[in-house]
Amino acid sequence: MIELKNICKEFKTQKGSFTALRDVSLDINDGEIFGIIGLSGAGKSTLVRCINYLEKPTSGQVIIDGRELGALNKKELLKLRQNIGMIFQGFNLLEQRTVLKNICFPLEISGRSKADAQKRARELLELVGLSDKENAYPSQLSGGQKQRVAIARAMAPEPKYLLCDEATSALDPDTTRSILELMREINRKLGVTIVVITHEMKVIDTICDRVAVMDNSIVTEVGEVASVFAEPKSEIAKKLILPELKTVENITGGERIRLIYNGESSFTPLLSNIILSCGVPLNILHAETKDIYGKAYGEIILQLPEDSRSAARVKNYLNANNITYSVLEGGGKNVGNTSQAVG
Amino acid sequence: MSEILRKLLDNGILQLGIWETVYMTFISAFFSYLVGLPLGVLICVTAKDGIRPIPWLNRILDVLVNIFRSIPFIILMVAVLPAAKLIVGTSLGNRAMIVTLVLAAIPYVARMAESSIKEVDKGVIEAAQSMGANEFSIITKVLIPEAKPALLVGAVISLVTILGYSAMAGTIGGGGLGMIAITYGYQRFNNEIVWICVALTIIIVQLIQEIGMHIARRTDKRTA
Repeated sequence: MIELKNICKEFKTQKGSFTALRDVSLDINDGEIFGIIGLSGAGKSTLVRCINYLEKPTSGQVIIDGRELGALNKKELLKLRQNIGMIFQGFNLLEQRTVLKNICFPLEISGRSKADAQKRARELLELVGLSDKENAYPSQLSGGQKQRVAIARAMAPEPKYLLCDEATSALDPDTTRSILELMREINRKLGVTIVVITHEMKVIDTICDRVAVMDNSIVTEVGEVASVFAEPKSEIAKKLILPELKTVENITGGERIRLIYNGESSFTPLLSNIILSCGVPLNILHAETKDIYGKAYGEIILQLPEDSRSAARVKNYLNANNITYSVLEGGGKNVGNTSQAVG
Repeated sequence: MSEILRKLLDNGILQLGIWETVYMTFISAFFSYLVGLPLGVLICVTAKDGIRPIPWLNRILDVLVNIFRSIPFIILMVAVLPAAKLIVGTSLGNRAMIVTLVLAAIPYVARMAESSIKEVDKGVIEAAQSMGANEFSIITKVLIPEAKPALLVGAVISLVTILGYSAMAGTIGGGGLGMIAITYGYQRFNNEIVWICVALTIIIVQLIQEIGMHIARRTDKRTA
């Protein structure tokens, strides 16, 4: 288990000091895929580097499996890092080594014999599906293949944890999907706890169990991905999660509400029921189905009639039927920026 | 063909000059790298953004290298002759010249090595750190192997520079083509000898350049 307790990190620059993390506390459980999402500059990359002490927090504690990292000497820390793999946006492979020797690298460091290291490296190449590339150099591989090699390299010392710093941000959508699938496979088959740093909600939706949302050096909310998705509380979470309604400026009229329904409720004809029971016309502004950790979630943004009595009737119906919804306010370009959840 | 030239060829002086130039250059380069490469690595490693920042040591090494780099070689050469006498027992001849060449080339080589190693991607170093590599492993398994192509290009440039220095050593008792050009050409008003030495030097430089760059390119796996 990874416990972060009141982590603060300040960087001293020539112009003064800059706070990258302010009192961040998180618990990451064994076996889960934990996402940390935020815009660039939110502090998430610094946070993930605090987990393996590539960045030493200014104050606060990092506790991994009961051991406080600040209390370890250098040798112990280096040893502990072999239990925490890490992959990066830029892959960071050794350009002058073949694929096989890249994967052997962490094993060489830990003093494993060459034959032993190569045997393990070949197993990992098989796991990531690149057995035919063992003698290739990184420059001969595509971005997705490079990240697979990086994953194999990170997994070579059989770590318990894997940290992913924007690991799919440099990849196209198809490649991103296949890398995410590989990460999920590693999590399920090998029981590796994965921490994913990203600015893309799609990455969180696809593989994470829980998510922490970061903004401006602090964690604004933490929870199960499905519940954060259904009811984003902080401004930044809304901005990241709610769809952008580009045409919204041109639309005048009644209130807009956002409905979330999960796989089970999608069997009931929700919209027809609302219209039939309330007898009001509804305008659909946005509708989408998302796959969150293998479960389908629907999202609809509706515009209610302008007269308040009809609108109230719809809301009463939703409340009576226990349907989660939130009212979006304002008419800016991005609904998420100005919305306020009530439901 | 002038009489002097024929004499030089018949006595094997010109041939010997070529050989002396080549071996002084390579032996000096070898010993300068023996000291200059570790020095360059040390400057990189101890820098503020290095893997083991030691500001005071970095500052001292940096200033030392700068001081030696800013002394013109012809002056440095004369100044370090006593050191040459201390090390090889004489201040004359090729052995003494090799000592002065090495001392003059070390700071140059150190800067060369430093700039090559600085080019290594910071992300790759960070990846090695994340795997629990200590400083020694990062130097021997990441910094030097990853910088190898750049180091080889630097070595070619250093060789050519040292070859230039070795010609100057001809004025104070060293051998080689520089000595022949000065003693038999310049001092006897024989331009033909001077030009022949120039042509031979150009050929040697071209060979070093072409062969060296070929090896550097072949080594680099980024363009495979």
